[in-house]
Order: sequence, then structure tokens, then C-alpha cells
Amino acid sequence: MIPAIVVFLYLATVLYIGIFAFRRAAGREKAEDYFLASRSLGPFVFLFSLFGTNMTAFAILGSSGHAFNNGIVTFGLMASSSGLVIPLTIFLIGTRVWALGKKYGFMTPVQMFRDRWECSHIGTAIFVVQAVLLVPYIIIGIMGGGTTLFTISGGFVPYWFGGAIVALVVMSYVFFGGMRGTAWVNTFQTVLFLCFGAIALIVIGVGMGGFSTAAEGLKNSPMAFLLTRERISTYYFFSYTFIPLSAIAFPHILIFCLTARKMNQFKKTVIFYPICILAIWLPCVFLGVMANRVADVPQIKAKQEARRVLGTQGRTMEPEQREQLREQSAGDDVIMLLLQRYAPLWLAGLLGAGIMAAVMASDSQILALSTMFTEDVFAFYGGKRRFGESVQVQTGRIFIILITLFAYAVALRAPETIFELAIQYAFSGFAALSPLLVAALFWKGSTKWGALAVTVWTALAVIAVAVFQESVPAPAPGVNQVIWSLGGTEVLARTPGGTAVFRFMPVVPMVIVSALLMWIVSLVTQKPAQSTLARYFGGGNQ
Amino acid sequence: MKSTLLVIAVAALYILHQDIWFWRSSYLVFGFIPIGLFYQGVFSIAASLLMWLLVTFAWPSHLEREVEETPREDETA
Repeated sequence: MIPAIVVFLYLATVLYIGIFAFRRAAGREKAEDYFLASRSLGPFVFLFSLFGTNMTAFAILGSSGHAFNNGIVTFGLMASSSGLVIPLTIFLIGTRVWALGKKYGFMTPVQMFRDRWECSHIGTAIFVVQAVLLVPYIIIGIMGGGTTLFTISGGFVPYWFGGAIVALVVMSYVFFGGMRGTAWVNTFQTVLFLCFGAIALIVIGVGMGGFSTAAEGLKNSPMAFLLTRERISTYYFFSYTFIPLSAIAFPHILIFCLTARKMNQFKKTVIFYPICILAIWLPCVFLGVMANRVADVPQIKAKQEARRVLGTQGRTMEPEQREQLREQSAGDDVIMLLLQRYAPLWLAGLLGAGIMAAVMASDSQILALSTMFTEDVFAFYGGKRRFGESVQVQTGRIFIILITLFAYAVALRAPETIFELAIQYAFSGFAALSPLLVAALFWKGSTKWGALAVTVWTALAVIAVAVFQESVPAPAPGVNQVIWSLGGTEVLARTPGGTAVFRFMPVVPMVIVSALLMWIVSLVTQKPAQSTLARYFGGGNQ
Repeated sequence: MKSTLLVIAVAALYILHQDIWFWRSSYLVFGFIPIGLFYQGVFSIAASLLMWLLVTFAWPSHLEREVEETPREDETA
């Protein structure tokens, strides 16, 4: 019960931060102040809130869970590749979008696309695809909150109540505090994340009697493969470097780039981003791997047994049985189990608050959706002109309530795995949308029809992958079910974890085809007027 | 020349991320960190250093100057 009380105190603190931000902004019912904190965030808040915005529940729970079953490869797949690609895209794209936002007053990516390519309804199409890909994050955040509170309280706080509390707290501070409240809460949460990794590592390391014995034991056991990447294909590892391209295409990240007071504030963010990723992910991945040496936690033993049965008998099982074993072996709660085993109660509560901080990362997505709706739909189709800016901000607030209620209602009814899958597709979808930004900012010759082709392709590709994975059951571990091959070359296959196209993850062909479509369609369609191009590229040729 | 070197550095780091040389090694650095994980940790520090180089030698300061010199369009309209 003590950990649950500490977590409730944490939730109260977060709520207070949001309301404090509201009082700081009182009397300024301007859309730019509410949705972008008047483009005035300082360097410290900008670095930590941008980083925190990008760190979902997956950073702590998912990374250790993935490492528990797949080993150290988790860090190379998801963390170090992000540590290179994300700051690079912030450096190249984020700074330029910030400058255009300052010059022309843009508050969303779609506003920029509409202006850059002289389009209206194509911008609406981009808005729809972005919004549909973003909603699952909000739902999964509420689901994660309900599950975490249930686990931390030892079942005392039921799932529906935990989910409702998390939804209410997030909704309240986003509703009152807008971007300023969200940024301050994210900063607070990121500091908690950073402390979490180091403290968890020390406490669990001491509890296990040092990591040398555990690592040596693992090396000399049948699970030694967890210390290497021998079970992961080089194609799969390479494919993962395309996933972080999604970060800059996420509307909540791009909108966040507009909040910096000065462009210099990007400098610290770009330089320290890889270090922040290292500080959070390395301990979580390491602990996830080492959890395999813990012999006295029955739940961890049960997961290992499920994994062993799946590995040895999976090929002869029905798809449903395999899926059931996969769920049993999932390691998303190993960090919490390790903390329950090795951390004192009060510390487990503090660390539980750190986990809640990760789970509650859906605040930025809620605010981004509200900003996009009020700017790209309400204001664009005349609402702001007719009713004024104050009504626009109130509309944004009502939208926040509606989207949170919708997400909570869905979270109570739908199984979590559906949305985990949706998020998987969403990463690939946003990565496939990234050529829109590159073309808009760096290529004079790009056109609105190229942008439409990229948007339609992304939507169709995400639907195709989802339908394919739903209709072809996942095969047993270590086996790829080839669906289509040409002259001995594997074209399309169902893998235990997803889909492979020419042995790559779908994100690779999705991004490449997006880029090609933008190029080919733009070559044969009419360019925007010279006056528009001059606003983006000056008078010279580019 | 400076830009070319930086582009080469980015490409080199991207290739170095693939780390095919420690793919199957379970050697433990300091007796407890698997070499593959240690390598990727060092890679993250190298990525941070590369970002410092980019920020120091290729910072798009012209964008900031443009913003300071141009009055905001929606406010002047």
C-alpha cells in the first residue's frame, strides 16, 4: 500500500504543477500562449520536456521487457539508433521548422504544409492520417496507468479506477496548463526517469549480490544468447535505424520544436539527447537481461518457462496457443517485479512514481491533437474568424476532455495488445511521413500532389501491414513463414514479431517508396508560385 | 570542405552502428557488461560528440538572423 500512496502523492504533485502553470498564464487567453507557451520555453525545460515527450512507457517498462526476452540487442535496436537519428533530425528539421514558425506564426505542421504547397484539403488529409496514427498512444497511456496502479497497489486499486485517475490527472493539467503545464510536468518527469535508472540499477545490483556473478552465470547458461545478437538478423537490425525517423514527424514533437524561445536552445537538446537516452535505456536494458538470473521470483520463472515451451514446442502448436505463451512470457513487468523483490517499500513507491511518469507520457499527444484540431480544422474552416481566439482556446479545452473520455472508454473495453500493435504500425507510418518534411524544407521542386501521394501511400501501407498481420498468424520463434517469393528471393514473409519485405521490416520499403513518390509525382505536377518559394528558399536556386 | 567532413562523419557513425564485429561475442567488459552493450553505450557517447561537432561547425545561424530581421507576418498583417 505504501508504494501506492507515494504514487498518489506524485500524481498530486503533477496536478499542482499543471494548475500552477495555469495561474502563471492567467488572463492571457491567446491560442499561442495556451498551445505553444508563447514560444518562450527556456533551455533546461526545452531539453528535458522535448526528451520526456518522446519517452513513452516503452522507455522503462517495454525496454526491460524486450531485453528480458531478446537480450542486449534491445539497446542497439531502439536506443543507440535513436541517439543518432533523432538529434540529427532535430538539428536539420526542428531548427528550420522553429524559424518558419517564428517568421510566419505556424502552430502545427499542417499549417506549414498548407502554406508551403498552397493547398487546403490535402492539408486536411495529412491532419486525418496524423490524428488516426496518434490516438492509439493516448489509449495505451491510460491502459498503462491502470495496469501500473493495479500492480503497484498489489491489486488494491482496480484497473478501471487506476485508468480513470491517470486520465483525470493528465486531462486536468493539460486542460489548465496547456503547453506550459505539459512542458513543466514533462521536465519533472524526465528528471524522475533519469534518477530512476541509476537508483534501480544500484538497488537491484546490491540485492543480487553484484552483477559479475549474474553475468558470468548467464554467459555459461543456455541463455547466453541474450548477451549477444546472434538471434537477430542483420536486415532486422539495419531496418530499425529507419524507425527513429518517425520522431520528428510526430506532430507532438514538431509542435514542441516551436516552443523554444531562441534557436540556441536546440544546441543543448541536440548534444545531450544521446546521453539522456544512454542514461535511461542502458540500466533498463541491462536489468531486463539480468532478470533472467533471478531464481526466487515465481512470476519471472513462469515467464522463462513459457519462453522455453514456446521455443521447444512452438512449431507444433496452434497459433492461439503460441500467442498465449507469448503473452505469458512478455517481460513488461520485470522491472517492477525486481523492485518488489529487492527495493525497500518506500523506495519501490518512489520508483513506482518514476514508472508512472513514463506511463503518463500521453499528455503531449493529447495537447498536440487539440492544437491540431483547433488550428487545422476549427480555425482553418473559419471558426476563429467567426467566434474569436478565446472561443478557439475553449474549443481546444473541450476537445481535450472529449478525447480523454473517448480514450478512457476504449481503454476499458478493448484488449491492450490491439493498441500495442497499432503503435507498432504508427511508428512505421510516421517514419513514412518524414519525407514530407524533408521535401517541404529542402526541395523547391516538391508539390502538393507529391505530398498527397506520400500521405495516401502511408495510410494504405499501414492498413496493408495491419491486415496482413491480422490474417496470417505469427509463426513459431526462429521460423519465417514465406508468403511470396520470386526466383528464390523472399519478397514477403510473416515473422514471429511482424512482417518482412525482402527480409527488411516494412518501415524500410515504406520510407523509400514515400521518398520516391514525393520525387516522381512532384516532377510531373505544377510547382507552387515563385512568391511562395521565395518565402521558403529566398531568391536563389536550391 | 568542413561540410563534407561532417557528412562523412555522420555516414561513418551510421555504419559503425551496425557493429557486425561483436555480433556473436559474449565477452564481458569489466567482468559484467556484455561487449555488444558496452559498444553501443560508447556509440551513444560518440553520437553526442558528433552532435557537438555539428552544432559547433555547422550551426544554421542564418535562420536565427532571418527571424530577428523579419517582422512576424501574421502580426504585421
